[in-house]
Amino acid sequence: MQKLGESDRIITMLTRRHGRIRAAAKGVRRTSSRFGARLEPFGHIDVQVAGDLGNHGRSLHTIRQAESIELYGKQLGRDYPRYTAASAIAETAERLTPEEYEPSLRLFQLTLGAMRGLSVAEHASTLVLDAFLLRAMASAGWAPALTECAVCGAPGRHAAFAVPAGGSVCPDCRPPGSARPAPSTLELMVALTAGDWLIADASDASQRRECSGLVAAHLQWHLERGLRSLPLVDRSSSDGES
Amino acid sequence: MFEGAIQDLIDELGRLPGIGPKSAQRLAFHLLQADDADVARLVSALQRVKELVRFCATCFNVAESEECRICRDPRRSDESICVVEEPKDVVAIERTGEFRGRYHVLGGAINPLEGVGPDNLRIRELMARLASGEIKELILATDPNTEGEATATYLALLVKPMGIAVTRLASGLPVGGDLEYADEITLGRAFEGRRAV
Repeated sequence: MQKLGESDRIITMLTRRHGRIRAAAKGVRRTSSRFGARLEPFGHIDVQVAGDLGNHGRSLHTIRQAESIELYGKQLGRDYPRYTAASAIAETAERLTPEEYEPSLRLFQLTLGAMRGLSVAEHASTLVLDAFLLRAMASAGWAPALTECAVCGAPGRHAAFAVPAGGSVCPDCRPPGSARPAPSTLELMVALTAGDWLIADASDASQRRECSGLVAAHLQWHLERGLRSLPLVDRSSSDGES
Repeated sequence: MFEGAIQDLIDELGRLPGIGPKSAQRLAFHLLQADDADVARLVSALQRVKELVRFCATCFNVAESEECRICRDPRRSDESICVVEEPKDVVAIERTGEFRGRYHVLGGAINPLEGVGPDNLRIRELMARLASGEIKELILATDPNTEGEATATYLALLVKPMGIAVTRLASGLPVGGDLEYADEITLGRAFEGRRAV
């Protein structure tokens, strides 16, 4: 979301069929706006955009109409840790779609699922965020190796983890300076990737902290430029922790 | 494209928010044709605003001295502080004539997508003001959008343990409008915040 002129905004949307698109929403910053509330961040909306989607990037399209399907921002704005996690999810989704109008159905589904997961508050917000990041990286083709060596492919859980090598590494391939996360942390990362919430929810704070550190390092290594929102994620809350 | 001074002026005007190349050109030619006295007044106003205007040391509203007009006013109550995002929000609330306490201007809202976290706002300064023990109510008047809501939530979490009453501006229907035209979020908020009559 970006302010434009006196009362307009440029809205960045991740769409099911057209990938990431940007469009101007006229007058939505005025309190009298008919659909400004529906264009708030993190919402799932049905939107009508005027302009030729084939005319990529040459002109800014305009949002004509927006109907809400589920406005997750309403709940997320009232829960600070979840709001910061949702921001990191939205920024990651934007960064993983460098080109506009390139459809990415998997990323759309993951982002929508993550927003829904955050809003229902069934799991800790950091777990939902890390599960999204791991799966989004997998959809982009850079899933960290967790059940085999990232270098030689030797199967099994390996003790060392090297971000530049691409994940866990066996003793023979282990580069100097590799991290040695607790085995339970790698187990948590596998569970989050697979969506095994029983294991994920049972994890403790130290596992979650270590997992978040490895996931963030892996993501930022591949994105080459750090995410602005990731350092601002509020990890102090122990919501959903068992 | 023009040359020299007129193009420089168009370029400078074009850097202002909400001014596109066409508007910049129109303004530049308007200034070129304006009376010398009018242009001198504009130049003087621009210089004076940069020389004289600063942020109030207490509330961070715009001021022409160490403290702003509102912080200097002895008739205003010291028991409540209204927290807003920008100095222009102070003007909007002052227009209502409903509030006689003091203000605190945060300088924005928490927006991780823009890299703005709590440390980038004047939250530490607000906490220092609240620590004086004089304040009985903190009114959160951040914008009624997701960022403003999250900022209010964050502040409420910080301030409630201090025993200060924390309130949030009500959201609801605009006066003079028809109910059927209200969007579901605004109408929902109006329902949540309904009151006995």
